[in-house]
Amino acid sequence: MGQIQISNVYKIFGPRPHNAIELVRGGMSKDDLLNETGHTIGVQDVTLTVEPGQCTVVMGLSGSGKSTLIRHINRLIDPTAGEIIVEGQDILALKGRELEDFRRRMMSMVFQRFGLFPHKTVIDNVAYGLDIKGGSRAEKRANRETARHWIGQVGLTGYEDQYPSQLSGGMQQRVGLARALATDADILLMDEAFSALDPLIRREMQDQLIELQDTLHKTIVFITHDLDEALRLGDTIAIMKDGAIEQIGTGEEILQRPQTEYVRRFVEDVNRGRVLTAGTVKLECSIVRQDTTPDEALRQLGEGGLRVTYVVDAEGRLVGAVTAASLRQGQRDDIPTVDSLAEAAPTATEDMVLEEVLPMTVGEDIPVAVLNENRELKGILPKDAIIRALAEEAQLTAEADR
Amino acid sequence: MDASSIFSLVLCAAIVGWIAWAAARRHEALAEGYRAHAVGAGAALVVLVPGLAGLWKFLTGLEFDTSIIPLDVWVDGAVDWLLLKVGDPLDQLNRWVVHKIGFFERFLHQSIAWPLLTLLFTGVAWHASRNFVVTVGVACAFLLIWSMALWKPTMQTLSLMSVSILVTVVFGLPLGILMSQSDRARSIMLPILDMMQTMPSFVYLIPVVMLLGLGNFAGVIATMIYAAPPLIRLTDLGIRLVDKEVMEAATSFGASRWQKLFNIQIPLALPNIMAGLNQSIMMALAMVVIASMIGVRGLGQEVLFGLQRQEPGTGFIAGLSIVLLAIVLDRITQSYGRRMETHRTVSH
Repeated sequence: MGQIQISNVYKIFGPRPHNAIELVRGGMSKDDLLNETGHTIGVQDVTLTVEPGQCTVVMGLSGSGKSTLIRHINRLIDPTAGEIIVEGQDILALKGRELEDFRRRMMSMVFQRFGLFPHKTVIDNVAYGLDIKGGSRAEKRANRETARHWIGQVGLTGYEDQYPSQLSGGMQQRVGLARALATDADILLMDEAFSALDPLIRREMQDQLIELQDTLHKTIVFITHDLDEALRLGDTIAIMKDGAIEQIGTGEEILQRPQTEYVRRFVEDVNRGRVLTAGTVKLECSIVRQDTTPDEALRQLGEGGLRVTYVVDAEGRLVGAVTAASLRQGQRDDIPTVDSLAEAAPTATEDMVLEEVLPMTVGEDIPVAVLNENRELKGILPKDAIIRALAEEAQLTAEADR
Repeated sequence: MDASSIFSLVLCAAIVGWIAWAAARRHEALAEGYRAHAVGAGAALVVLVPGLAGLWKFLTGLEFDTSIIPLDVWVDGAVDWLLLKVGDPLDQLNRWVVHKIGFFERFLHQSIAWPLLTLLFTGVAWHASRNFVVTVGVACAFLLIWSMALWKPTMQTLSLMSVSILVTVVFGLPLGILMSQSDRARSIMLPILDMMQTMPSFVYLIPVVMLLGLGNFAGVIATMIYAAPPLIRLTDLGIRLVDKEVMEAATSFGASRWQKLFNIQIPLALPNIMAGLNQSIMMALAMVVIASMIGVRGLGQEVLFGLQRQEPGTGFIAGLSIVLLAIVLDRITQSYGRRMETHRTVSH
């Protein structure tokens, strides 16, 4: 069980949600329900596990219920049916003070339109989550120091005494982020946090979040309608449509194996080069140990009809690549083992994305060698394999059209 | 009873019942089982029974102008009962308030008061507006009033106004906050406020005078009834207009209802509350002449004299003084309201 466990949650808006939920469970569609009873489905039978320290992205278009879903986690919205467990605690059972206390300790939230308090200065905004817990004068002073620290972390030092209306959108959202981080809660809820920002600033904020997350390891639930953003930030991605989850998986799983037509159409336009990694696309290759003779190596190449083989040491670490031509030359020169024939090969690590690998292949005859973190050879990436991976979706679509 | 009148009555009851039933059906609590039907049937009966009774009464030869529902008699009874029960304590309160207002008034009449007060208002105007024209205007208005020899009645009016507005704020602000916090309180308050604003003020002057006697206290209460609705409405509106996401943010950090109210909602509603206060002050000034009819002294009384003695000049200068007082108070409160708007709205 994860840190947050959402099980079979339904949310129906309208005067009599409990009657309507039976109809939905009976299979009535969103449109039919609206037309016949005037009820709207917000969230439909959602089950989602959020693992600690990970960034779980819920993505969907407007009206897909993603913002409604995230508001269930801190009970800004109460579900019509279902169960929500946060760190083993059934949060739907919380009332009054318990609920306030739970919100103060366990999670903080960043909002699409920032949700800053316009009548408070930046530092008072950031300290809000701390001040609200009450406490002595000394504690309030300590809160200011904490707030100052987080304002520095998001790069707004010097703006402490400004009001939100004096800041640009990107800066306002940095205040929102600092305010959420200042409470030191483990769980960070981000509702389309970067959607209102223009593309360059959005990219900057994403980088900042990734950087902060590297040291903080918060449990993040991130809502977005932007698939590129989801793929950049998400360890796990859940795609929502009409209040229900269509598919949950890692970014690559969703790109490589879309489970529904909706998801497939969704991922069509994604820049695959930015998401697919060398590790997933790599091919098997021919390997020779560094103490192999050129004769033996040539024989191996001949069997596979190959032009290049890779030389590894006893631990499987890459030494270099040899071509058939240089092997024949070595044969003639009576060279005892292949390692002195090996020439440098372009290398990539498994977690590099294709966009980064592609430039290495330019003007290079030898396919890129894919290594793990110990420099062990795991496979290779010939130019055509990269291009095929990048073009796969287009091909599939073309086939489907035929 | 002829058939056509019974038919139209039944039709009327059926329509009322149907509307009530339809409204009840939309309520989750009333939608269960036959509750909505019961509500509908009840509403129909409310129309049908008195209607039939009335028809019967009419057709069996009673006078046409006999009231079927003697509301007037009930109200008379209620006021009499109130007079009997709370007459004495009210009288005490009356004396106390009149004494307080009197003290205030006597101070304002001192010869030293007028330059002091002119200076004070000029200072406040400058503090509020930081505007040279407004400040000089305020000073000129006070000088003009003084030079028309209307200082005394103006101060009487001003002191009554101040007390009325104080009472209005003391009652109006909490009521407005209550309305903003509960939809049920709002649905109860709205028709009452509508009534306070549309009921001709002479109507409530009668019981007020009966209960409180002629004089300043009755004037304060009557003024309050007339002037409170805008403050109550705009307090409610201002709090309800606070951005939804800002409220969600406060909630998500674990703010309690009171913390949200005092830290977020009221501060952000202040420009609207100030606008409400401004409106209330203007309404209170509009009440001055009517209040003079129940024995409140001041500028209203001067207008009344003008009317009674057929002296248009007397009426005009008193009226002009009311207008000047209104402009002074309006500019000052509006300037404070505008000042509050800075840092209370967010641009994206």
